[in-house]
Amino acid sequence: MNTISKMIIPLFVLFVIFYGYRKKIMIYDTFLEGAKEGLITVFHIFPAILAMVFAINIFLNSHLLEKIFSLFIPFFNKINIPVEILPMAFVRPISGTASLAIMNTIFANFGPDSFVGRLASTIQGCTDTTIYVLALYFGSIKINKTRYALTTGLFADLIGIIASFIIVHLIF
Amino acid sequence: MINKLWGFFIIAGISFTLLFGEFSGLNDTILNSATDGVKMIMDLLPIIVLWSGIMKIAENSGLLYKIGNLVRPLLSKLFPSLKKDSKALGYITSNIVANAMGLGSAATPFGLKAMEEMQKENKNKEEASDAMITFLVLNTSGVTIVPTTVIALRMMYHSQNPEEIIISAILATLCSSIAGLSLDYIRRRKKK
Repeated sequence: MNTISKMIIPLFVLFVIFYGYRKKIMIYDTFLEGAKEGLITVFHIFPAILAMVFAINIFLNSHLLEKIFSLFIPFFNKINIPVEILPMAFVRPISGTASLAIMNTIFANFGPDSFVGRLASTIQGCTDTTIYVLALYFGSIKINKTRYALTTGLFADLIGIIASFIIVHLIF
Repeated sequence: MINKLWGFFIIAGISFTLLFGEFSGLNDTILNSATDGVKMIMDLLPIIVLWSGIMKIAENSGLLYKIGNLVRPLLSKLFPSLKKDSKALGYITSNIVANAMGLGSAATPFGLKAMEEMQKENKNKEEASDAMITFLVLNTSGVTIVPTTVIALRMMYHSQNPEEIIISAILATLCSSIAGLSLDYIRRRKKK
């Protein structure tokens, strides 16, 4: 699986360039034209990224989430959900690097083949940083009325996290 | 919604730190987050510029349209509001394929292009269109088949079988994508 995914990019680039060459378009000039558009895109998404990183950093560094979790520890112990996974499940939609850091700690403390380790891996693999992605994608085209996008995305994340828990229980 | 959430993060974060935390660190957090943001954009910049160049070749040579053709019947069911020959479909396909193969950073430029194309067909330029929301739900519920970063990290910690989580991740992804798309469908219908 890993070798296949490593070959995809080179093969894709080869194919695109070759196809453009065969169709006799000015590949070099077209590339430059597209690259210039890419530069403009980056210029457009920059404020959205900066704004989100700013807010997320302040929020995560306040350790408010940990405080809230500590209230629920007895409850989660009762229904047999490992407490270690909670911060990760909550941070996952906000920040990819933060949830990766939590997964790192879980691996270091419990090992990747433990129940929590497998659960963390599955959650990290099955969901994405919904809030960050929405800010980035909508910010790039200057849309501020996002309607039901955020709640639907977060609902999908929640189902993914619950499903991860059940699936890891069942198949390992 | 993003406006409220953004405000909530900052207000809750600062007030909680001022009340219970170490506010000496708050100064650094505020000042450094600008630097962190720049770092993030600097990681994205070369990838987006490079892929935008390559994808422009794919677009002008008609390749992107052909890629879109392969999945058009399926995607036009998911995105009924997009024009049948919409360029966005090609970019959406490329984004989903790149995401599925665990090439997250290569997927971003395709996703941004898809949004741009959908914005061209959008009637109200300030408001998200139906197609955009469906695309983002599909994108964020993460159709990952090979979670490369996770596998690499599992290898680093000497997992007996680093790839074993591919199966559980695919199953969990299926659940979250189906749940997300169903809710999206229901809410899209309710509007009309």
